[in-house]
Amino acid sequence: MFFALIESFRSALASIIAHGLRSFLTTLGIVIGVASVIAVISVTQGMSSFIGETFASLGSNSLTIQSYTPFEDQMKGIRARLTPEDMELIERRAEGIASITPILYANRSSQIKFGSQTAFSRIMGTTYAFQEVSQNYMSVGRFIAQSDNLTRRRVVIIGDKVRENLNMPDNPVNEYVDIGGEWFKIVGLMEAKGEIMGQSQDDIVLMPYNTMRSLQGNQARTDIQIQLSLSESAVLENVTAQLTNLLRNAHDLDSDEDDDFQIQTAEQLMETFDTVINMVTIVIGGIVSISLLVGGIGIMNIMLVSVTERTREIGICKAIGAKRHHILMQFLIEALLLSLLGGLIGLAIGYGLGTLISSSIPSFPPASIPLWSVALALGFSGFVGVLFGILPAAKAANLDPIDALRYE
Amino acid sequence: MALIELSGITKYYEMGDQVVKALDGIDIEVIENDYVAFIGSSGSGKSTMLNILGCLDKPSSGQYHLNGKNVESLDPNELSEIRNLEIGFIFQSFNLLPRATALGNVMQPLVYRGIGYRQRKDMAMQALERVGLGDRVDHLPNQLSGGQRQRVAIARALVTHPSILLADEPTGNLDSQTTIEIMQLFDDLHDEGHTLIVVTHEDEIAQHCHRVVEMKDGRVFNDSTSNSAAVTS
Repeated sequence: MFFALIESFRSALASIIAHGLRSFLTTLGIVIGVASVIAVISVTQGMSSFIGETFASLGSNSLTIQSYTPFEDQMKGIRARLTPEDMELIERRAEGIASITPILYANRSSQIKFGSQTAFSRIMGTTYAFQEVSQNYMSVGRFIAQSDNLTRRRVVIIGDKVRENLNMPDNPVNEYVDIGGEWFKIVGLMEAKGEIMGQSQDDIVLMPYNTMRSLQGNQARTDIQIQLSLSESAVLENVTAQLTNLLRNAHDLDSDEDDDFQIQTAEQLMETFDTVINMVTIVIGGIVSISLLVGGIGIMNIMLVSVTERTREIGICKAIGAKRHHILMQFLIEALLLSLLGGLIGLAIGYGLGTLISSSIPSFPPASIPLWSVALALGFSGFVGVLFGILPAAKAANLDPIDALRYE
Repeated sequence: MALIELSGITKYYEMGDQVVKALDGIDIEVIENDYVAFIGSSGSGKSTMLNILGCLDKPSSGQYHLNGKNVESLDPNELSEIRNLEIGFIFQSFNLLPRATALGNVMQPLVYRGIGYRQRKDMAMQALERVGLGDRVDHLPNQLSGGQRQRVAIARALVTHPSILLADEPTGNLDSQTTIEIMQLFDDLHDEGHTLIVVTHEDEIAQHCHRVVEMKDGRVFNDSTSNSAAVTS
């Protein structure tokens, strides 16, 4: 059986080489199919790993807590809030937190003026701890200090995009900008972080948290976001559970009520992006794999021709003692080999194509081929070979030796 | 005990609503180291006889014992095994695999026995040397003359050490000189102890054989050694 298998491989290879051009044309469908699948996967996976790296730079062990109101409640005018008291509670009671900072978004205009230039930006109030939590580093000047917060100093830190939009000099420190009719002194410029999915991370203005609160006046309705980073030893799940408990108690939620807040991690965000990209990969891959199906039918067609062509040979083999499985194996292995060869060629072309696509689009992440896609492509083309080889092979194996010997 | 025992073998073909009796009650025995020719005009049933003797076809009724084994009840795979173990075929049109060398062709039956490459090659080389083709083992069939091709086919039949060698018009495609050579080879093989059955319509070929069975209309018409086999009326 073992020797027969080797012999089948040898004879299949000989037959494929003997009909070189025909074999190539037969397997072209598989080549094209696999090449397009691999090209699509390599491009999307390249994008995915690029996004992963970007998120890692955001601080992968940081958490964001924000209030969450279901849509139905919003219609009723109920609005969940996260208050400064909630943050104090967490600061006092929660374990495993390295640093914690509130974020308060400007609730009125987010307009910012410099000279005659006007721009819109994300303006938020936060504390010195934000720097550690969100991994922001200064390119010029300093970050918000504790004392800025305590004395409600009117200072801001701006992102590079804001500086650009306002046509400011390269070093904007000590310039003054107008936010909501008040003057703020720029004390620092953050390092550029680039874009994530087309959204700039540098279009941002930070001011001390208490300054923002005083700007907003009535603090009774304050709804803040809390960002925190975990200490080295903390386990994300434990901290999340602890925070959930604390906040549920503080908000007097019954056990049958849903959380009125959301705890998000950078990883969760990343997973969301990953899910989207994987969906795209699957959908496009699915469409493209139809061509693999067509390629398989091409192989079946040629294998049927090949069986007819070699009817007499099959008769000879049967006369000298070949059993059904010998003949079956020979043709099945030939079909398998044909489509696997196509798969390999397609793999190489697909990789080349993916690299070409991602390198020809500027600022596009480089292509990457995960091992599973190689296994998938080869596995699938092998599967196609067996699936579409079985019918011709069975036809060959079932030939009657006398009829086959007489076949002209 | 005889090597081959046929009793009451019939083979009917249905052609539309007509039943053609290709074999109509054959009783015959072939002993070891016999040298038998089956002769008869076309349509006499000798090809069908060959197919049944060679386990390529199954009789419609009757019993066939080959080397002590009851053959007529076997399924196609078991028949393949019997052909591989017991029978060496030599065809009129040689029936070599066109894309395999002489050596490859002779090695082929051993593949189905699960014999390893080295041993296959040794056995095939021996068989090829036996038929005088030791120097042409790497030639493809289309690079060989008719006589050489038939020698390859004989080597392929010999390599498995079968109980019987079954030749179907072995010289039908050969010129007279080559025919003499091939028949000489057959005579030698018989002298070495092989059992040969030759199906032919040429009297010169049949004259080489020790026993001539003449067939007519699906029956044994005349058997030259009446003491070794039962003759039907």
